Amino acid sequence: MTQGIGARIQRKEDARHLHGRGNFVSDMILPGQSEVAFFRSPIAHGRIRRIVKPTGTENQVFIRADLGDVAAIVAPTTVPGYKLSEWHPLAQEKVRFVGEAIAMCVAPTRAEAEDLSEQIDVEFDELPVLVDAQAARMESTVRVHEQWKDNVFLTLNYESGFEAKAKGAPVVIRREIALARQAMVPMEGKAVLAHWDDRSDQLVVYASTQVPHIIRVGLAQFLGIDQGRVRVISPDVGGGFGYKCILQPEELCVAWLALKFQRPFRYVEDRREHLVVGANSRQHQYRLTAHADERGRLLALDAEITIDGGAYSAWPFTVALEPGQATGNLPGPYDFRGYRCRTQCVATNKPGFLPYRGVARTGVCFAMELVIDAIARAVGREPWEVRHDNLVSAADMPYDNVARKHYDSGDYRKALSLAREKIGLEAWRERQRRGERDGRLIGVGFASYCEQTAHGTSVFSGWGLPIIPGYDQATVRVTPDGGLEVRAGVHSHGQGMETTLAQIAHEVMGIDIANIRVVLGDTGSTPYSTGTYASRSIVMAGGAVANACKVLIPRFLAIGAHLMQAAVATMKYENGQIIGPRKSISLRDVAEAWYLRPQELPPDVDLGGLEATVGFRPKRDTGAFSYASHAAVVAVDTKVGAVEILDYVIVEDCGTLVNPMVVEGQTLGGAAQGIGTALYEESPFDPNGQPLASTFADYLLPGPTEIPAIRIHHVETPSPYTEFGIKGMGEGGAIAPPAVIFNAVNDALRALGVELTDTPLTPRRLLEAIDRAKPSTEPRMETA
Amino acid sequence: MKAARFDYVRPGDVGEALAALAKAEGAKILAGGQSLGPMLNLRLARPALLVDISRLEALQQMEDAGRTWRIGAGVTHARLEDARGRLSGSEMLCEVAAAIAYRSVRNRGTIGGSLAHADPAADWPLALAALGASVNIRGPTPRNLPVAHFIQGAFTTTLAANEVIESIDVPKLSRAGRYGFYKFCRKTGEFAEASAAAVFDPESGVASIFLGALRGTPQPLTSLAQQVAKRGDLAASTEAVSHALAQSVSDLDAVEQSMAAAAVTRALMQVFAS
Repeated sequence: MTQGIGARIQRKEDARHLHGRGNFVSDMILPGQSEVAFFRSPIAHGRIRRIVKPTGTENQVFIRADLGDVAAIVAPTTVPGYKLSEWHPLAQEKVRFVGEAIAMCVAPTRAEAEDLSEQIDVEFDELPVLVDAQAARMESTVRVHEQWKDNVFLTLNYESGFEAKAKGAPVVIRREIALARQAMVPMEGKAVLAHWDDRSDQLVVYASTQVPHIIRVGLAQFLGIDQGRVRVISPDVGGGFGYKCILQPEELCVAWLALKFQRPFRYVEDRREHLVVGANSRQHQYRLTAHADERGRLLALDAEITIDGGAYSAWPFTVALEPGQATGNLPGPYDFRGYRCRTQCVATNKPGFLPYRGVARTGVCFAMELVIDAIARAVGREPWEVRHDNLVSAADMPYDNVARKHYDSGDYRKALSLAREKIGLEAWRERQRRGERDGRLIGVGFASYCEQTAHGTSVFSGWGLPIIPGYDQATVRVTPDGGLEVRAGVHSHGQGMETTLAQIAHEVMGIDIANIRVVLGDTGSTPYSTGTYASRSIVMAGGAVANACKVLIPRFLAIGAHLMQAAVATMKYENGQIIGPRKSISLRDVAEAWYLRPQELPPDVDLGGLEATVGFRPKRDTGAFSYASHAAVVAVDTKVGAVEILDYVIVEDCGTLVNPMVVEGQTLGGAAQGIGTALYEESPFDPNGQPLASTFADYLLPGPTEIPAIRIHHVETPSPYTEFGIKGMGEGGAIAPPAVIFNAVNDALRALGVELTDTPLTPRRLLEAIDRAKPSTEPRMETA
Repeated sequence: MKAARFDYVRPGDVGEALAALAKAEGAKILAGGQSLGPMLNLRLARPALLVDISRLEALQQMEDAGRTWRIGAGVTHARLEDARGRLSGSEMLCEVAAAIAYRSVRNRGTIGGSLAHADPAADWPLALAALGASVNIRGPTPRNLPVAHFIQGAFTTTLAANEVIESIDVPKLSRAGRYGFYKFCRKTGEFAEASAAAVFDPESGVASIFLGALRGTPQPLTSLAQQVAKRGDLAASTEAVSHALAQSVSDLDAVEQSMAAAAVTRALMQVFAS
C-alpha cells in the first residue's frame, strides 16, 4: 500500500496553495461588504474618561456601550485560587495594554476605516504601568484588575519527594533563566468575515481559526444567541500556532456587526497590530536549583517559575494553561524523584498570554536543558553523557514521572545516542581543539524533550476549562461512484491533514487518495470537535476516521454478498474490492447498488448505508508522548556577536509515521520557529508598556537563509494507546531549538567563562556577556 | 496599516517632475518605494502628492564618463548587481549592490532613493562616501556635491523640496586600486548593525576608510586611512583601529565599539587580501 500509513506522498492541498488558489478570509469579498478597523489603546494602563466619535459617524464607529448585551469574555477554570479577568470585546472603563481595542470603525475600505479611527478622540486618566512580572507580583497598590487582592492570576505549588531526595546531594547547581516575550507571527494573522444568511437563518462567520466548533460555542455564548443560529467556517488558514485556538474579541465584534446590521463585515489583522496585540507568548522566568550526585545524576529539582500572563485570560484555554503545563512538564524526559515547583502567573499591562506551539515546553525544555549542561560542566563530563544517564530508559516504559505524567513508550536514550552519532560529536570536538582559522569559536549542543500529545478528557478536566475535549468524531461517506468523503471537526492550517486523514482512510479502505475528499473547518458540515491544538488532530481525528471506515466494511460485505449471491462469512474486503469465493466486485458496484439501484439490496440491509459517524478516544487519554533529541553545532563570532549554525540534527519519534514528509515539514517549520526564539524574536516593552518591536524592522524573524539544512532522523515507537500507534507531533520542532543552540553557544564560550541564559541570543547580549566575563585586569571591549 | 489619502502623479521627464514638486505643498518623490512604501502604510509619511520618478528614462543611465561612471539616480540595486563585469573600475558598486537587503528589494530600490533617504545603516551612503562619489542634483539651480557633504545626518540631506537627484558620479579605481566593504547584519536582508568601507588607490592617491551604521552620517577615519596608505597592513593593527575609532567616533558603547572595530578590521582585511 503505497498511499496508506507510512507512505511518503505529496500533499493533496499543495496544488492550490502553490498556485495561489487557496481561499483565505482576505481573499473573500461578499456583496456590500464593509471593512473594519479597530481604534486601539495608545497607552498601557488607564481609565477611559471620555470617547469622542467623529461627528456623523454613529453608524460607522462603535464603542463598548454600543455592543449592549454582548458579554465580556470570561474564562473560568476550577483550579483553586485562579482569578478571573473580564475581557470586554471593546474596552470598558479601563484599558490594560497598548493595542487593546477601544472602538471599531466601519467603512467601504480598510484605508477609510483607518481614516475614521484616526479621528476618534479618547481621554484617559493614565495609571501606573506594570511591565515587569516580578514587580507586578510585589506591587502593593496598583492592580491590573481592581477587584483582585494582588496581581497574581494563579499560583501553583507542586511537591513530590523533594526534601528526601535533595538532602545531602554533593552537586548543587543554581541558575536563573529567562525567555523573552514573543509574537507567534503566523503568515496570516487574525481574520474574520461575518454575514447574516436569511435562508439558513444563521449568522455565518468565516474565521481564520484552528477551532471552528469552539468559536461557534463561544460566539453563541457571548452574543447570547442560540448555537443553531451560528455557523462558523474556517477556510484556508495561514498558520495557527495557538494564536487562533481562542475566541478573539475581534471575532465577537465583527459577528455582532453582522448580527445587528445583517450585512457582511470583515476584519483582517495587519502586521503592526499582530506584533503589538500579539506579543503574547513564551515569557517565562526560572529560578532553578538542581541537586545531583558526583556523576551528574539528577536527584531533585527545585523550581520557581514566573510567567508574565499579560492583562487577560483568553477563552477557552485560559491563562492557567501555561503555568499548568510549565509545572507539569519541567521535569521533562528525565528520571528523578524529587521535585518541588512553585509557578506564578502574574498579570501585567501586556497582551494576555496565549498558548504558542510547544505551550510552555519550549520554556521548560530551555530551562531544564541548560541546567543539565551546567550539571555536566560541574561534574566534568560530556553533557550528552550526563543527559543520557538521566533520561528515562526504555526498560522503564511506560513510566510515571515525578510530576505524575505517564510516558507511554519510547527509547529516549537511543534518540540521544543517534543524535550524537549523526552530528559526529568526536569530529567536532577535534575541530574545536584545533581552533578555527577565522577565529570563531565552535560549540556543540544537545537537547532532549518529550512532548505530551493528544491528551484528552482526564487532563483537561483536571484544569476545569470551559471546553474539555472528549471523543473526536469523523464522518465518512462513500459516494455513488465509489469515492470517499471524510469529514472531521478538526482543522488543517499547514499540517497537511487533507492528505494524512486521506492516507488513514486509504489504509482501512484502499480507496485511491485522489478519490478521497477531506472536508474540515465548517461547523455546518463536520461533526463537532474541539479542534486542532495540543498536537492532537492526527491521533484524534485520524483515529475517528479509521473507526468510521471500519464500521462501513461489514456493510460493504453484506451488500456484496447479496449481489454475488454468496454467504457473508465467505466475503473479504481488500483494496476497494469485495472478494467472494468465486468472484469479486468493486466498492463502486456496492455504492451503485445502495444509491442508484436499491432494488438490488438485501432486505435486511444496514440502514446506516454507506456513511457513518464514529468517535474515537485513545485507550488511555493521558497523552501519547512524542520525544526527540536535537543536536547542533555553532560557530560564534566573538567580535560582532554572530552565531552561525553549522549543523543541526533532529532525531524524533512520533510513533507510527503517517506520512514522513509531512512529519518532516512540520518538524522543520517548528524548528525554524524555535531558532527564532533562540536567536531573533523578541517583543520588548519600555517602562511605559509601549511595545518596541511593532514592525519587522524591529521584530526579527529567521528567514530561509537563517535556517540551516536540518537533518531529520526518525525512530518509530508506536504508542500502545492510540490507533495505529500514532503520536501527535505538531509542536515538537519548536521546543528544543533554543535549548540546543544555547547549549552549543555555551559550549563554544566555555573557555571564556561565559554562560548565556536569556533568549534571544542577540549580538548585544552575547558581546555583553563576553565582556562581563573578562578578568578585571583585561581591557574590556576594545577591538576586533 | 493603509496609507492616508494622497495624490499621485507620474511626470514624463525630469522637468515635469520638478514642476510638480515646485507646485504642490507637501509633495514627495517616489522612486523605488522600498522605504517610503512602508512609511506611507504606517502613516509616518503623509505627503499630499507623490511624484513618481521611477520610470523616468533620464534617470536610468549607466554611462562611462571617462574617469567616472555616471549612474542614474533611478538605477536599481539589481541593475548594478547585474552589471558585474561591465563596470570596469567600479566593481565595488556591483558587490555592494548585490548585498543590499534581498533581491525583491533590490529589484525596486534605487541608488538615488537610498541616498535621498539617508538611512544611517544603509549601504550606499557609506560605499559612495568611501569611493568619493558626488551627487548631481537638478532643481532651480543644478548643482554637484560630494556624497559625504550631501548627507548631513540621519535621514537628513541637503536635497531641497524642489530638487531631485539626477545621477551619481563615481570615480573609477585604477588597476592598482583596492577596496573592502564589510557589514554585519543580524540576518540576511536586515540593515547593518555595523559596517565599514575602505578604498585605496595608489595611482589617484585615494585613501579612505568610512564607518557606517552609526547614529548619523558615515564617519571618515582619515588618519588611519592615511597611515594604511603609507604603511599597509602594518598600520591596520587592532590597536590602530581602536585608536582611530576612539578619535573619530565618540558615542559608541562597548558593544558598538567591538562591532565597529571588527567591521573596519574586516574591510581592511579585504583590501589587503585583494
